[in-house]
Amino acid sequence: MPRYMLIMRGTDESNAAMMASIDEAMAATGRFIEDMMKAGVLLAAEGLDDPARGVVVDFGGETPVVTDGPYGETRELFGGYFLIEVATGEEAVEWATRVPAVRGSKIEIRRVAEADEVPPGSRA
Amino acid sequence: MDTTDVEAVWRVESARIVAALTRLTGDFGLAEDAAQEAVTEALTSWPRASPANPAGWLMAAARRRAIDTIRRRAALHDRYALLAAGAETAEREADPDGIGDDVLALMFVSCHPVLSREARVALTLRVVGGLSSEEIARAFLVPVPTVQARITRAKKTIAAAGVPFELPPAHERRDRLAGVLSVLYVIFTEGSTATSGDRLLRPDVAYEAIRLTRTLAALQPDEPEVHGLLALCELTAARFPARTAPDGTPILLDAQDRRSWDPAAIHRGLTALARATKRGLGPYALQAAIAAVHTAAPSAEATDWDRIVLLYEALGRVAPSPLVDLNRAVAVAMAGDPAQALVIVDALIAAGRLPGSHLVPTVRGELLTRLGRLPEARAELETAARLCANDRERTVLLRKAAALDFSDKCWRSGIVEA
Repeated sequence: MPRYMLIMRGTDESNAAMMASIDEAMAATGRFIEDMMKAGVLLAAEGLDDPARGVVVDFGGETPVVTDGPYGETRELFGGYFLIEVATGEEAVEWATRVPAVRGSKIEIRRVAEADEVPPGSRA
Repeated sequence: MDTTDVEAVWRVESARIVAALTRLTGDFGLAEDAAQEAVTEALTSWPRASPANPAGWLMAAARRRAIDTIRRRAALHDRYALLAAGAETAEREADPDGIGDDVLALMFVSCHPVLSREARVALTLRVVGGLSSEEIARAFLVPVPTVQARITRAKKTIAAAGVPFELPPAHERRDRLAGVLSVLYVIFTEGSTATSGDRLLRPDVAYEAIRLTRTLAALQPDEPEVHGLLALCELTAARFPARTAPDGTPILLDAQDRRSWDPAAIHRGLTALARATKRGLGPYALQAAIAAVHTAAPSAEATDWDRIVLLYEALGRVAPSPLVDLNRAVAVAMAGDPAQALVIVDALIAAGRLPGSHLVPTVRGELLTRLGRLPEARAELETAARLCANDRERTVLLRKAAALDFSDKCWRSGIVEA
């Protein structure tokens, strides 16, 4: 059965808005997770720490270069994910519309490639 | 919005809508009909104008249909008044626990002992799982009208028996829960070893069972056997990618490429098993524990077969069954004693248990092969092939029987375990 990752993408503004009412956001997310569990679709969910505390390893040159801090100049940063197992992409989208996300943020929906699938780009 | 969007919303909402409407009207059959009509309405209306709140739209449409039906039933004036007055109380989504209990009640009604096994399976997939009659028919290889008839009859039976829409009373709870678990397990096994047809696996059916078992585990977190069943399903499904060759031929446990077992599913299965084992092992948890021994082993040879024998002995005590004895025989043979295994199988045959099953001659054939009694082994495998209804399994059995003609290679058993 296909699995989809609902990737939360926040901006500095939306992250700040969420932190301003973090208790409310946590409670809403908790209810959403419970809904997905009761629907039998949730496989995993994690929220990531502050992007400023992240580390980036850049493979652009001869040897990997390690830098502290957020990923490049990207405005929308990966803040967490829900991994769900559902029958169709439409069902994944339906769940994504129910994420209690703060205004200004986005959810990206990506299907998890199965073990027997050719990696993207390697097809002739 | 198109058909697939309607179906997506329906799959997410169906159980809650049917549960809420049943709570509201006290009439399970009416609730299910009204919900189905709402979906039909959505299929024609949404492509023209997408609703802002699709879930709310479906619930409102279903409630309107329910009210219309009750209006038409002149004798039910009182209930209509109640319904009209209590229209706002339908917005029970605000109370997640109430809805959770309603979905649980829906599962208990769908798996009620007044229904036949086929009816329980069809009704559970339809009202709790949100599958259409077409999908259920496809899953079980029966004609669509057969599924529709089963569901219609089931709803009438529930109404005639006056089955209340509520959680079973405390003294019945454990038995009724066991009934729900067995329906989910029937659905899972149909998906994981299709009893008929030309494919060994029907993963979509197995997945539905896992999804419903996860739902039950979320609603009944303190019931160890729910987690035991979930563990069993997850650990079994973890092996699906390795169980068939690209051409659909089954690959037995000992020949599977264990690297293609799904590690995430194994992890989920072991987590569920840990929850199940907190208060002793029931039948599902014991079977999951056996599956867990396999997942921990790098190969069939390096498997802790002695532990598996012990687990089958325990399983035979809590849930005696000839299939358990047969599997125990396989484990005894794998642990190094095919002669003793043959004694167990011959005792099953002498007692007349499992008559007509292809599994008994399959295992007996494997054991005789290991003991070097090849002509007898061949006859057993041919008998097994004759009795087997799954085309793919039959091909494997015939191939094995034929191989015995020119080879005394010892084929290891495992058809039951695969």
